[in-house]
Amino acid sequence: MLKYILIPLLPLIAFIINILFGRNFIKDKAHWIAVPAVACSFILALSAFMNVASGNVININVYNWIVSGTFTVTIGFLIDQLTAIMLIVVTSISTLIFIYSIGYMHGDKGYYRFFSYLSLFVFSMLILVMANNFLLLYFGWEAVGLCSYFLIGFWYEKKSAANAGKKAFIVNRFGDFGFGLGVILVFLTYGSLEYTQVFSDAGSIAGQTINIFGSDVDLITLICLLLFCGAVGKSAQMPLHVWLPDAMEGPTPVSALIHAATMVTAGVFLVARCNPLFSLSHTAMNTVAIVGGVTSIFAASIGLVQNDIKRVIAYSTVSQLGYMFLALGVGAYSAGIFHLYTHAYFKALLFLGSGSVIHALGNEQNMQKMGGLKKYMPVTYAVFVIATLSITGIPGLSGFFSKDEILWRAYSSGELGKVLWLLGTIVALMTAFYSWRLIFLTFHGKFRGTHEQEHHLHESPKVITVPLMFLAFGAIFAGYAGIPPLILEHGDKIGEFLGPVLGHPHGEGSHLEEIMVMMTSVLVAVGGWYGAYIMYVKKPDMPLEAVSKFTPLYNLLFNKYYVDEIYDKVFVKPTLKMSDKVVLGFFDVKIIEGIVNGVPNLVGAFSKKFREIQTGMLSNYGLVMALGALCIIGYVIFLK
Amino acid sequence: MVPLSWYILLSAVMFSIGVFGFLSRRNLILIFLSLELMLNSVNISLVAFSHYLQSMRGQILVFFIITVAAAEAAIGLAILIAFYRNNPTIKVDEINLMKG
Repeated sequence: MLKYILIPLLPLIAFIINILFGRNFIKDKAHWIAVPAVACSFILALSAFMNVASGNVININVYNWIVSGTFTVTIGFLIDQLTAIMLIVVTSISTLIFIYSIGYMHGDKGYYRFFSYLSLFVFSMLILVMANNFLLLYFGWEAVGLCSYFLIGFWYEKKSAANAGKKAFIVNRFGDFGFGLGVILVFLTYGSLEYTQVFSDAGSIAGQTINIFGSDVDLITLICLLLFCGAVGKSAQMPLHVWLPDAMEGPTPVSALIHAATMVTAGVFLVARCNPLFSLSHTAMNTVAIVGGVTSIFAASIGLVQNDIKRVIAYSTVSQLGYMFLALGVGAYSAGIFHLYTHAYFKALLFLGSGSVIHALGNEQNMQKMGGLKKYMPVTYAVFVIATLSITGIPGLSGFFSKDEILWRAYSSGELGKVLWLLGTIVALMTAFYSWRLIFLTFHGKFRGTHEQEHHLHESPKVITVPLMFLAFGAIFAGYAGIPPLILEHGDKIGEFLGPVLGHPHGEGSHLEEIMVMMTSVLVAVGGWYGAYIMYVKKPDMPLEAVSKFTPLYNLLFNKYYVDEIYDKVFVKPTLKMSDKVVLGFFDVKIIEGIVNGVPNLVGAFSKKFREIQTGMLSNYGLVMALGALCIIGYVIFLK
Repeated sequence: MVPLSWYILLSAVMFSIGVFGFLSRRNLILIFLSLELMLNSVNISLVAFSHYLQSMRGQILVFFIITVAAAEAAIGLAILIAFYRNNPTIKVDEINLMKG
């Protein structure tokens, strides 16, 4: 049992050692502690996976955390099929990104700090996926948010980075507030927070309603929507997506690990984990699917026109997360998790590849100032192409299998599903277009940067390129875990593996339709490539012409539908104004300071009057004393 | 035999003179004298009652009062001299350091 406890514990130990001794003793050797720790976690995770694959489900309670009456919360770990997959994804990508960071962060003065936060993140993420109750999940959930905040604002001297960190943290508050309420409601409803108990009792409250503000709401729908609130925040879905693109202010390995491969998929994991609850509520499922579908097309359309290389990939991440929620929403939980798993590899690869480019160009992120990097950085170019082929869904690479699975499950799940399928297909077209646009702008054509930059162009060192190659391997082959039964019977290994936890989706549709869906998705992938090829390689003047032709549309997309501006006007400015006028101007100055200064002023005013009694004249005191004595005597004699 | 009431009357008159002197005089020495007068008027009445009641308690109390009065006079005069060295006056209306 100890070895499973060690999976999250090793990164925690690495964190403690690095944060305590990093500044003065370990300094630029921090990776000697952090990398072995996660690598060992990965090996232990593999052994856990093997154990689960042989049919065991591990559920261990380590410690009684809270005992209060009937309310008991343990620190306990549940490793079932879903967790096993997540463990592999988290630890394998963490290990590669830790190694990559050795090269990428080399020479940074916060080197030890970077590795300690990254280790703390891995610990939190592992707690999140391994928890066997909602409260421990909540702990991991908040802890990964905290690490995300630390790491986005890692270069805190830069104001934009510090602000982006705050934005991520505050936006996540909104989602987590709902999530917290959801956890409380789960406890009130089921009297327990343990997964096993909650999920086995899940159906017992079907049809019950709860009265909120005078209207009856279906209890299970409410629980699901509240939990989904948290997922929306953490996985950057509409309308809380605004923090993720800004989170790119952090170092690139952070973007790859936290804001692409692992943490942002926590929302997907949560919904999949709570599938026994979600499956009971039609409304909640439809909400999940629609939010996912709308987010995916929304983010993809913004990605079409962005110029910052990391932002394009960030919007792509938001869009792909939308895809996963779409899959969950139509009941294809295993398809969602499958896409989570393949996406982790190719998206981490895209980010690390862009990191390699940014590194070579001396922190240039604007794609308009790149170009022609193909001949200088052949390895980076190759892995970029592999990742792009994968994300656009070209047959034979991982992205194709998971994407096709989602589109097919959406198509076969009924009326709403057909609409979502259409959305998904349009998104696939856009994805192909902007992904290839990124490649053409970055690697093809002539170099558009400064002369000095061109002089320094070089391929990144081995410590950076080797993890890229491993990830590229994942980006190609990870998908072979889930070959559609149409192509290979019993090919959908991952679906069968996840079956005991996530169930099997049931849809209707003939083989012909399935082939048609598959063909369409391949067609749009190629179409997107062709469009980008024409616009950015054949006729490089075309983008500018298109911009001048569709200026309002371009501006709308370029400014991200003005969502940030709207939030600024509707939420941020009024809040600041209210804080200034009401909280500071009225409450603080008038009430708090009024009390603090008022009490001594009052005492002062009273004593100023009363002290005039003290004349300092001895005879006055004597007179008063004598009169007082007379009064007492008079009272004793005459009144008693 | 002098009746008890005479003693009481003497005591009351002495006490009143003492109070009057205490309140009206400005000179600290005279105020002290008035104070002593008041204490001794009390002593007279105590002794008178003691004799009248044929009990020694009142007379014992008188001894205490005399002792206390002596101590009080000694301390009071010492304070008076110490004060006079700093402020060359013993008029109470000029001694108003404690005025609020």
